[in-house]
Amino acid sequence: MPKAALTSTRSDTSTPQVPPPTGHSAREPAPPARGGKRAPTVRKPLRARLKRDRALLLLCIPGVLYFAVFFYLPLAGNTIAFQDYQPYLGFKESPFVGWTNFTALLEQPEFWSSVWNTLEITAVQLLLFFPAPIALALLLNSLISNRTRRFMQTIVYLPHFLSWVVVVAMFQQVFGGAGTISGYLAEHGIGAGNLMTNPDTFTFLLTSQMIWKDAGYGAIIFLAAMASIDNGLYESAAMDGAGWARRMWHVTLPGIRPTIVLMLILRLGEILSVGFEQILLQREAVGPDAAEVLDTYVYYHGVVDGDWGMSTAAGLMKGVIGFVLIVVANKVAHRLGEQGVYR
Amino acid sequence: MTTPAISLFKRRTARFTARTDARPPWMERPTWYGQGLKVLVLGAIVVAVGYPFLIALGTSLAGKEEIAANGGYVMFPTEPTLQAYEAVLSGGVVTRAALVSIGVTLVGTALSLLCTIALAYGLSRPGTVAGKPILFLVLGTFLFTPGIIPVYLVVDQLGMIDSYASLIVPIMLNAFNIVVVRAFFQGIPDELHEAARLDGAGEITVLCRIVLPLSKAVLAVVGMFYAVSYWNNFFNAMLYINDGAKLPLQMVLRSYVLQGDTINESAMGVSSLPPSSATQMAVLLLAIVPIVAVYPFLQRHFTKGVLTGAVKG
Repeated sequence: MPKAALTSTRSDTSTPQVPPPTGHSAREPAPPARGGKRAPTVRKPLRARLKRDRALLLLCIPGVLYFAVFFYLPLAGNTIAFQDYQPYLGFKESPFVGWTNFTALLEQPEFWSSVWNTLEITAVQLLLFFPAPIALALLLNSLISNRTRRFMQTIVYLPHFLSWVVVVAMFQQVFGGAGTISGYLAEHGIGAGNLMTNPDTFTFLLTSQMIWKDAGYGAIIFLAAMASIDNGLYESAAMDGAGWARRMWHVTLPGIRPTIVLMLILRLGEILSVGFEQILLQREAVGPDAAEVLDTYVYYHGVVDGDWGMSTAAGLMKGVIGFVLIVVANKVAHRLGEQGVYR
Repeated sequence: MTTPAISLFKRRTARFTARTDARPPWMERPTWYGQGLKVLVLGAIVVAVGYPFLIALGTSLAGKEEIAANGGYVMFPTEPTLQAYEAVLSGGVVTRAALVSIGVTLVGTALSLLCTIALAYGLSRPGTVAGKPILFLVLGTFLFTPGIIPVYLVVDQLGMIDSYASLIVPIMLNAFNIVVVRAFFQGIPDELHEAARLDGAGEITVLCRIVLPLSKAVLAVVGMFYAVSYWNNFFNAMLYINDGAKLPLQMVLRSYVLQGDTINESAMGVSSLPPSSATQMAVLLLAIVPIVAVYPFLQRHFTKGVLTGAVKG
């Protein structure tokens, strides 16, 4: 959508006299005479258009208010990253301190530890989590029987709708200190210990939780891409003697390549977001050395410790890097001849 | 503006459902080991997803001796009992939290749907005065994130700390859902609008009489997306709620199951408690049940929602 919206807006604003071509006549209170659609009507004055659209504009008000107050106002509120923000002084009275918060932040070892943890977790997730939905989609797509496939889809989509609290609790009952599998392993002399509190394996614990929860749901989009591949391609490949592996490599994977690139770009834009709720829930059990990531750093230093300016600075840096990454990744995708997210 | 998302989707589903059970003639017979491996993997997936549910259900229904004998968890209780559920639902902390969650979910979903429909419809008609800037306002939320602290400060300034509103309003609208509903509205043929207009109907009448009745399916899905997000949300409660009586179910689950807070008799409002792992699992099940209950209805349609949102990009 935005793509179409973006292009049409550009042309729209550059030539304001020409009304948008589609269905505009339908919006007039009295429809013009037959054939009136073809002759470009001169756009009405702003006042008349406001009057004509007042019902629609009224409908937009609550939503616009919401985004203004809970999205754009906080976005502007990031200026406190440059302030020595004091809650009792508030927004306007707090003194401006320039880049002080940022320099102080960069000198903090805890901050750098959270950056490294974030990067480590994100790298492991990219490597292990990102391919999981694709693999699952390939498996589901290879099922011939519709009933089996539907049944499997029902099973694998479900965990996505559970909350992180529930998912972590479920992992705990299996892998926790008193968990069923840990108990079983301990009985047989393999002391795996409590995986839920082990900092060394934390990254893999997080990744396996993500796979359990979201791999199925992530497969939906790849399955749809696979379903739109022309069956004739498979047939002719088979005629030429390609086995299932070659058909997968030469037909299926190229067929879903644009989707893979799209998802990769979206993932890159969120490279510094590594599952905030999920980690927040387990930070106490594992300890901040392994489980402090950028988002939890912001939460604990800002909301909990009241170091508003500096933690906002950390959040702002994260947001800016994410924004730059998504723009760059999109550019690269265009260079590679892929569609990307937007144009 | 046509709706490529919708038409694309229709084409795709058409093919998706056109798939038959029969093996196409050009496809080779599967080897026994290939087939066996596949069955094994599928079986492993089913077990991996189903196992934690079974343990939670079994343990919540098990009696004291059985849990002690099994070292904490029971998959198939020999003498199922509803003690744990009776205990948590008898009017204590958990009952209260469940009521808070239900209230927040119902009120929140209604508000979300109302505002989503209004905004999506306002943006769905071509050539509206401020349509383009407003659309950009909505789409811009995909690109930026305001960050935790500034949002917290806004909620604080509005005096919403420790109010139920703080569990609803900050997550009331979702740009993705608005885009999905808007795309659906745009797929409704223009002739219907024109016909209604000739009969003298205004925009609101068209929305209520023509557009909404045609959009039941998409509204059901989006409504359930919202409901699930309210029901599952714990972070807003963690941020904004200090008063223990206003905590939703997910927070209570977190403190009992993840943080190991002990559940005592007085908090539950009963004189004697079933074993703690049974009560914990009963709370867990309470948090899952509404999701599993709506899931079958949700599942029929949500692929559509996911695809519309994704194709829109």
